[in-house]
Amino acid sequence: MSDKIIQITEMNKWFGDFQVLKNINLEVEKNKKIVVCGPSGSGKSTLIRCINRLEEHQQGSIIVDGNELTEDTKDIEKIRAEVGMVFQQFNLFPHLSILDNCTLAPIWVKKMPKKDAEDLALQHLEKVQIADQANKYPGQLSGGQQQRCAIARALCMEPKIMLFDEPTSALDPEMIKEVLDAMVNLAKAGMTMIVVTHEMGFAKEVADEVIFMDEGMIVERAETKEFFANPKSDRTKLFLSQIL
Amino acid sequence: MNKLNFLQPDKNNLNTYLYSGVILVALSIFIVFLNSFFNKDIISFLPGSISFFLPLILGFIGLHLIRIDYSGLKFLDTINKNINTNNFNAFLSLLIVFVVIKSLPPLLSWFIIDANIAGDSKDVCTGSGACWTYIKIWFNRFMYGMYPNAEQWRINLSFIALAFLGTIGFFATEKFKKYLTLYYVVVYPVIAFFFIFFFISGGPIFFDFSYGIIAAVISIIIGFFIPSKFKMYYFIIVPITLYILLKYVFFYEELIELGKLEALEWVETGAWGGLSLTFIVSFFCLIFCFPIGLFLSLGRRSDFPIIKYFSIGMIEFWRGVPLITVLFMSSVMFPMFLPEDMFIDKLVRVIIAISLFEAAYVAEVIRGGLQALPRGQYDAAKSLGMGYWKMHILVILPQALKLVIPGIANTFLALVKDTPLIFVVGLLEIVGMLNLAKTNPEWLGFAMEGYVFASVLFFIICYAMSKYSYNLEQKYKTER
Repeated sequence: MSDKIIQITEMNKWFGDFQVLKNINLEVEKNKKIVVCGPSGSGKSTLIRCINRLEEHQQGSIIVDGNELTEDTKDIEKIRAEVGMVFQQFNLFPHLSILDNCTLAPIWVKKMPKKDAEDLALQHLEKVQIADQANKYPGQLSGGQQQRCAIARALCMEPKIMLFDEPTSALDPEMIKEVLDAMVNLAKAGMTMIVVTHEMGFAKEVADEVIFMDEGMIVERAETKEFFANPKSDRTKLFLSQIL
Repeated sequence: MNKLNFLQPDKNNLNTYLYSGVILVALSIFIVFLNSFFNKDIISFLPGSISFFLPLILGFIGLHLIRIDYSGLKFLDTINKNINTNNFNAFLSLLIVFVVIKSLPPLLSWFIIDANIAGDSKDVCTGSGACWTYIKIWFNRFMYGMYPNAEQWRINLSFIALAFLGTIGFFATEKFKKYLTLYYVVVYPVIAFFFIFFFISGGPIFFDFSYGIIAAVISIIIGFFIPSKFKMYYFIIVPITLYILLKYVFFYEELIELGKLEALEWVETGAWGGLSLTFIVSFFCLIFCFPIGLFLSLGRRSDFPIIKYFSIGMIEFWRGVPLITVLFMSSVMFPMFLPEDMFIDKLVRVIIAISLFEAAYVAEVIRGGLQALPRGQYDAAKSLGMGYWKMHILVILPQALKLVIPGIANTFLALVKDTPLIFVVGLLEIVGMLNLAKTNPEWLGFAMEGYVFASVLFFIICYAMSKYSYNLEQKYKTER
């Protein structure tokens, strides 16, 4: 078995008449950390939403951990259980406590006994340093705490891949750091990660590779140092000059 | 001493303004009070329209004088803040006080002072007030309809038992809490159904009921000793086997005859009536229309065209026709489509009709809640590997239903108040019984008392429901 955990070939996607993703080819190896950056509307979020099929692609193939994503629903749920996702708007379940947010999927999807699920959840909450908030409701937490809880929730499913869809864009500058710290720790633990973000500091610190997207295409893909030191395309240079 | 300026009362000379204002307001209320309670018009010496408006003018000036900001008197500040913030509000407050004072005496005299309740015939009702004797005499009919007096204990017993079983959830220990939802959604309605349709209606059908009860009791007792691994199969197989054994092998019917136990007398549903029928119809319609509405609302958002258009068709059809025609069709038209020898009880048909009718409304209310949820909730649930049902049951519906509690309560209240319409098929619940009683030749002319009585009952029921829904709302509130 190859250690390519995600393989996307010749993938195209349209929203109506508008083509959001054009001819995407992407391979991600196990334990690699990839940062996807680019201007808004460039299709970054759509790309990673395609990886766990929250969006359907129309052409080409996406293979996640040896399973191709198709219309077959049963398969999709199994794949989604292995792919954790963290959203820009946290999307915690407001009717459940922090602990229940984390144990819900392990108990009902993975059929884990409640006690084990709670232990696991507390362990992950401890890692992101909000174990003491476990019995509060999401509405009582700050944005940074909510996002860290969302990370813990995704981790409780013990996923093989973690997708981050602009995890810090909806946060105050002060809270960005606490979330990034949690993500750095996760990266150091060896998780395969695909992160859509504008935090170039984070990219420099943990990413193995950086992908730059514009207008639905992957414009440039390079090793992190290479990417920041001498970007090849003009579009990338322009983007970097504006963002750094 | 500061200069008095009656157009602009202020904190200096507080007492002067306060006393004069209070005196004026008190005087105005006193005039209206005398006028309405003792029929004395002490300002009748004034010309017509002035004497009519004088209390209002006096009170208005009085309220103006006591409208002093930050007076330092707590009581005065409270009044000013609540009923006397500006001239217009002061005027409205006065008007409301006067209307209440004016309307109290006639109401009191009709309801209490001139009313009769003693005695047991129409003749005692000589006063100009209400004749509560009428309600007293007919009370039994209003509660139980034409249900035979000797058998009414069955209704009482059923309702007490169901009320007891219904409140059992409040006393459940932590260990059993997790089964409560299952109990209330599945077990309780089934028990209620058995009680109403077998115990209250009685007859040969009652045997089946008692087989069922005996089978259930025996299997539950044995069930405690069965390892939990097999419990699932056990509780499906054993009660059914026991039931069949009792019915066809042990001939329980003969056992009863041997022991000289008599089966309950059969009472046809046409004889049921009064408030108890209101409860029965409302209860079953409530518990049926909710799940049907839930599925319709999910169906309407489904991706499968057949389910989607079926749901839309159902919702639009039932919302588009008046309830009275639905009831009429259920009783007159529907039997025509059934085979000759098939018979479905009138009450059952009515309950099905009302349930489907209200389900359409419930469906749209719930759909509103589903649409209010952000798409992120669906995304998050899906990204955790949940399928359609898990996502809806664990994540979407708990939130959506919480949002629509007021809307559902609204629909349920409307349902309870719609039940009197079943008179069109000849079922007489409380309002139907009232109509029957008021046309009784011996008791003509007491429609008013009857309707007031029914209104009070309906108000109590509906107010309790609305309070309960408000409590639910508070209970499930988790700050966003």
